[in-house]
Amino acid sequence: MDFVFRQPATMNDRRYIPRKASCGRSTGQPGWAKGLRKLYDSVVEEPLPDSFEDLLKKLDQRGDGHP
Amino acid sequence: MAIPEKTAAPPVASDEFRTTLISVLPHLRAFARGLCGRPDMADDLVQETAIKAWAAMDRFTPGTNMRAWTFAILRNHYLSELRRNRRQVDYDPDVAERILFMEADQEAPLHLSDMEGALQKLSPERREALLLVGASGFTYEQAARICDCATGTMKSRVARARAELAAILDPGKEAEAVSHRSE
Repeated sequence: MDFVFRQPATMNDRRYIPRKASCGRSTGQPGWAKGLRKLYDSVVEEPLPDSFEDLLKKLDQRGDGHP
Repeated sequence: MAIPEKTAAPPVASDEFRTTLISVLPHLRAFARGLCGRPDMADDLVQETAIKAWAAMDRFTPGTNMRAWTFAILRNHYLSELRRNRRQVDYDPDVAERILFMEADQEAPLHLSDMEGALQKLSPERREALLLVGASGFTYEQAARICDCATGTMKSRVARARAELAAILDPGKEAEAVSHRSE
Protein backbone atom coordinates (compact mmCIF):
# COMPACT_ATOMS: atom_id res chain seq x y z
CA MET A 1 0.00 0.00 0.00
CA ASP A 2 2.88 2.28 0.67
CA PHE A 3 3.59 2.10 -3.04
CA VAL A 4 0.18 3.52 -3.80
CA PHE A 5 0.73 6.49 -1.55
CA ARG A 6 4.17 7.21 -2.80
CA GLN A 7 3.58 6.85 -6.52
CA PRO A 8 0.58 8.85 -7.66
CA ALA A 9 2.52 12.05 -8.29
CA THR A 10 4.42 10.42 -11.06
CA MET A 11 2.30 7.47 -12.03
CA ASN A 12 -0.25 9.36 -13.97
CA ASP A 13 1.85 12.15 -15.27
CA ARG A 14 4.69 11.39 -17.59
CA ARG A 15 5.86 14.95 -17.32
CA TYR A 16 7.56 13.94 -14.11
CA ILE A 17 9.76 11.57 -15.96
CA PRO A 18 12.92 13.35 -16.95
CA ARG A 19 14.04 13.40 -20.57
CA LYS A 20 14.34 9.80 -21.54
CA ALA A 21 14.06 8.20 -24.89
CA SER A 22 11.36 5.88 -23.72
CA CYS A 23 9.20 8.45 -21.97
CA GLY A 24 6.92 9.06 -24.88
CA ARG A 25 6.62 5.67 -26.39
CA SER A 26 3.05 5.32 -25.32
CA THR A 27 2.18 8.20 -27.65
CA GLY A 28 4.41 6.93 -30.40
CA GLN A 29 6.64 9.99 -30.28
CA PRO A 30 9.47 10.02 -27.78
CA GLY A 31 10.96 13.28 -26.62
CA TRP A 32 13.96 13.05 -28.88
CA ALA A 33 11.69 12.58 -31.90
CA LYS A 34 10.01 15.88 -31.15
CA GLY A 35 13.44 17.34 -30.62
CA LEU A 36 14.63 16.10 -33.98
CA ARG A 37 11.66 17.64 -35.69
CA LYS A 38 12.15 20.84 -33.75
CA LEU A 39 15.79 20.96 -34.76
CA TYR A 40 14.81 20.58 -38.40
CA ASP A 41 12.04 23.17 -38.17
CA SER A 42 14.28 25.66 -36.41
CA VAL A 43 16.51 25.72 -39.48
CA VAL A 44 13.59 25.78 -41.91
CA GLU A 45 12.27 28.86 -40.17
CA GLU A 46 15.55 30.74 -40.36
CA PRO A 47 15.61 33.51 -42.95
CA LEU A 48 17.71 32.63 -45.95
CA PRO A 49 21.15 34.21 -45.89
CA ASP A 50 21.71 36.95 -48.46
CA SER A 51 24.21 34.70 -50.18
CA PHE A 52 21.35 32.61 -51.53
CA GLU A 53 19.66 35.57 -53.15
CA ASP A 54 22.99 36.52 -54.68
CA LEU A 55 23.39 33.02 -55.99
CA LEU A 56 19.96 32.98 -57.58
CA LYS A 57 20.61 36.32 -59.24
CA LYS A 58 23.84 35.01 -60.70
CA LEU A 59 22.13 31.85 -61.88
CA ASP A 60 19.41 33.93 -63.49
CA GLN A 61 21.97 36.02 -65.29
CA ARG A 62 24.15 33.21 -66.57
CA GLY A 63 21.63 30.42 -66.78
CA ASP A 64 24.32 27.79 -67.07
CA GLY A 65 24.61 26.83 -63.46
CA HIS A 66 28.05 28.30 -63.00
CA PRO A 67 27.91 31.64 -61.21
CA MET B 1 2.92 25.84 -67.00
CA ALA B 2 5.21 24.97 -69.87
CA ILE B 3 8.92 25.42 -69.53
CA PRO B 4 10.23 27.80 -72.17
CA GLU B 5 12.23 26.10 -74.85
CA LYS B 6 15.95 26.56 -74.66
CA THR B 7 17.76 28.56 -77.28
CA ALA B 8 21.41 29.21 -77.94
CA ALA B 9 21.23 32.00 -75.43
CA PRO B 10 21.63 31.14 -71.76
CA PRO B 11 18.47 29.35 -70.71
CA VAL B 12 16.14 31.26 -68.53
CA ALA B 13 14.65 29.35 -65.66
CA SER B 14 10.95 29.05 -65.73
CA ASP B 15 9.32 31.03 -63.00
CA GLU B 16 7.86 27.85 -61.67
CA PHE B 17 11.21 26.12 -61.40
CA ARG B 18 12.79 29.12 -59.75
CA THR B 19 9.92 29.61 -57.32
CA THR B 20 9.84 25.96 -56.37
CA LEU B 21 13.59 25.82 -55.95
CA ILE B 22 13.49 28.81 -53.62
CA SER B 23 10.70 27.20 -51.64
CA VAL B 24 12.74 24.08 -50.96
CA LEU B 25 15.92 25.91 -49.97
CA PRO B 26 14.96 26.16 -46.27
CA HIS B 27 14.31 22.42 -46.22
CA LEU B 28 17.59 21.73 -47.96
CA ARG B 29 19.37 23.84 -45.36
CA ALA B 30 17.72 21.90 -42.55
CA PHE B 31 18.60 18.57 -44.12
CA ALA B 32 22.17 19.66 -44.81
CA ARG B 33 22.58 21.03 -41.30
CA GLY B 34 21.46 17.73 -39.88
CA LEU B 35 23.76 15.80 -42.17
CA CYS B 36 26.96 17.67 -41.55
CA GLY B 37 26.31 19.50 -38.30
CA ARG B 38 27.96 22.71 -39.45
CA PRO B 39 26.01 25.73 -40.65
CA ASP B 40 28.76 26.99 -42.93
CA MET B 41 29.30 23.65 -44.59
CA ALA B 42 25.55 23.08 -44.79
CA ASP B 43 25.01 26.32 -46.67
CA ASP B 44 27.85 25.46 -49.03
CA LEU B 45 26.18 22.12 -49.68
CA VAL B 46 22.87 23.80 -50.38
CA GLN B 47 24.43 26.33 -52.73
CA GLU B 48 26.16 23.55 -54.64
CA THR B 49 22.88 21.68 -54.76
CA ALA B 50 21.06 24.71 -56.13
CA ILE B 51 23.71 25.10 -58.81
CA LYS B 52 23.49 21.43 -59.76
CA ALA B 53 19.70 21.53 -59.80
CA TRP B 54 19.77 24.63 -61.96
CA ALA B 55 22.17 23.03 -64.38
CA ALA B 56 19.97 19.93 -64.53
CA MET B 57 16.75 21.88 -64.89
CA ASP B 58 15.89 20.06 -68.09
CA ARG B 59 15.81 16.78 -66.24
CA PHE B 60 13.24 17.95 -63.74
CA THR B 61 9.67 17.14 -64.59
CA PRO B 62 7.36 19.97 -63.60
CA GLY B 63 4.78 18.83 -61.13
CA THR B 64 6.98 16.17 -59.59
CA ASN B 65 8.54 16.36 -56.18
CA MET B 66 11.21 19.07 -56.30
CA ARG B 67 12.02 18.51 -52.65
CA ALA B 68 12.80 14.83 -53.13
CA TRP B 69 14.78 15.56 -56.29
CA THR B 70 16.94 18.23 -54.69
CA PHE B 71 17.38 16.22 -51.49
CA ALA B 72 18.83 13.42 -53.59
CA ILE B 73 21.19 15.85 -55.28
CA LEU B 74 22.31 17.26 -51.95
CA ARG B 75 22.70 13.84 -50.42
CA ASN B 76 24.84 12.57 -53.28
CA HIS B 77 26.96 15.70 -53.23
CA TYR B 78 27.45 15.39 -49.49
CA LEU B 79 28.53 11.76 -49.75
CA SER B 80 30.96 12.52 -52.52
CA GLU B 81 32.42 15.32 -50.41
CA LEU B 82 32.68 12.93 -47.48
CA ARG B 83 34.53 10.42 -49.58
CA ARG B 84 36.83 13.09 -50.88
CA ASN B 85 37.59 14.79 -47.61
CA ARG B 86 37.15 11.85 -45.30
CA ARG B 87 35.21 12.88 -42.25
CA GLN B 88 35.08 16.63 -42.25
CA VAL B 89 31.94 16.82 -40.25
CA ASP B 90 33.30 17.62 -36.83
CA TYR B 91 30.57 18.69 -34.57
CA ASP B 92 31.05 22.23 -33.40
CA PRO B 93 29.88 22.43 -29.79
CA ASP B 94 29.84 26.22 -29.93
CA VAL B 95 27.28 26.30 -32.69
CA ALA B 96 24.19 26.64 -30.57
CA GLU B 97 23.11 26.57 -27.00
CA ARG B 98 19.52 27.42 -27.67
CA ILE B 99 17.06 25.48 -25.62
CA LEU B 100 15.23 23.15 -27.90
CA PHE B 101 12.32 22.56 -25.64
CA MET B 102 11.58 22.28 -21.98
CA GLU B 103 8.49 20.72 -20.64
CA ALA B 104 7.07 21.88 -17.36
CA ASP B 105 8.42 19.21 -15.09
CA GLN B 106 11.42 18.00 -16.99
CA GLU B 107 14.55 17.78 -14.93
CA ALA B 108 16.70 18.84 -17.82
CA PRO B 109 15.80 20.48 -21.10
CA LEU B 110 16.87 18.99 -24.36
CA HIS B 111 19.18 21.44 -26.03
CA LEU B 112 19.53 21.94 -29.70
CA SER B 113 23.20 21.19 -29.25
CA ASP B 114 22.37 17.87 -27.56
CA MET B 115 20.39 16.77 -30.57
CA GLU B 116 22.94 18.04 -33.06
CA GLY B 117 25.71 16.28 -31.18
CA ALA B 118 23.78 13.05 -30.99
CA LEU B 119 22.94 13.16 -34.69
CA GLN B 120 26.58 13.50 -35.57
CA LYS B 121 27.37 10.32 -33.66
CA LEU B 122 25.24 8.30 -36.04
CA SER B 123 26.69 6.82 -39.18
CA PRO B 124 25.96 8.89 -42.30
CA GLU B 125 23.51 6.26 -43.55
CA ARG B 126 21.50 6.26 -40.37
CA ARG B 127 21.69 10.00 -39.98
CA GLU B 128 20.28 10.68 -43.40
CA ALA B 129 17.61 8.01 -42.92
CA LEU B 130 16.43 9.56 -39.68
CA LEU B 131 16.50 13.07 -41.09
CA LEU B 132 14.53 12.09 -44.16
CA VAL B 133 11.84 10.08 -42.42
CA GLY B 134 11.87 11.45 -38.89
CA ALA B 135 12.38 15.13 -39.61
CA SER B 136 11.75 15.91 -43.26
CA GLY B 137 8.54 13.95 -43.45
CA PHE B 138 9.33 11.69 -46.39
CA THR B 139 7.79 8.26 -46.55
CA TYR B 140 10.04 5.23 -46.36
CA GLU B 141 9.53 4.73 -50.06
CA GLN B 142 10.47 8.31 -50.94
CA ALA B 143 13.47 8.22 -48.63
CA ALA B 144 14.60 4.94 -50.18
CA ARG B 145 14.43 6.48 -53.64
CA ILE B 146 16.42 9.51 -52.48
CA CYS B 147 19.10 7.24 -51.02
CA ASP B 148 18.92 4.77 -53.86
CA CYS B 149 18.28 1.79 -51.64
CA ALA B 150 15.49 -0.70 -51.01
CA THR B 151 12.55 0.34 -48.89
CA GLY B 152 13.33 -2.45 -46.44
CA THR B 153 16.86 -1.17 -46.07
CA MET B 154 15.53 2.29 -45.35
CA LYS B 155 13.16 0.95 -42.71
CA SER B 156 16.01 -0.94 -41.10
CA ARG B 157 18.26 2.11 -41.09
CA VAL B 158 15.57 4.28 -39.55
CA ALA B 159 14.83 1.72 -36.86
CA ARG B 160 18.48 1.34 -35.98
CA ALA B 161 19.02 5.09 -36.06
CA ARG B 162 16.08 5.64 -33.74
CA ALA B 163 17.39 3.08 -31.28
CA GLU B 164 20.89 4.48 -31.40
CA LEU B 165 19.80 8.09 -31.06
CA ALA B 166 17.51 7.24 -28.17
CA ALA B 167 20.37 5.47 -26.43
CA ILE B 168 22.77 8.35 -27.02
CA LEU B 169 20.32 10.83 -25.57
CA ASP B 170 19.55 8.55 -22.69
CA PRO B 171 22.87 7.36 -21.27
CA GLY B 172 21.04 4.83 -19.15
CA LYS B 173 20.18 2.99 -22.29
CA GLU B 174 23.50 3.45 -23.98
CA ALA B 175 24.42 -0.16 -23.46
CA GLU B 176 21.47 -1.10 -25.60
CA ALA B 177 22.61 1.06 -28.46
CA VAL B 178 23.31 -0.62 -31.69
CA SER B 179 26.94 0.16 -31.86
CA HIS B 180 27.99 -0.90 -35.31
CA ARG B 181 28.59 1.93 -37.72
CA SER B 182 28.35 0.19 -41.02
CA GLU B 183 25.62 -1.71 -42.73
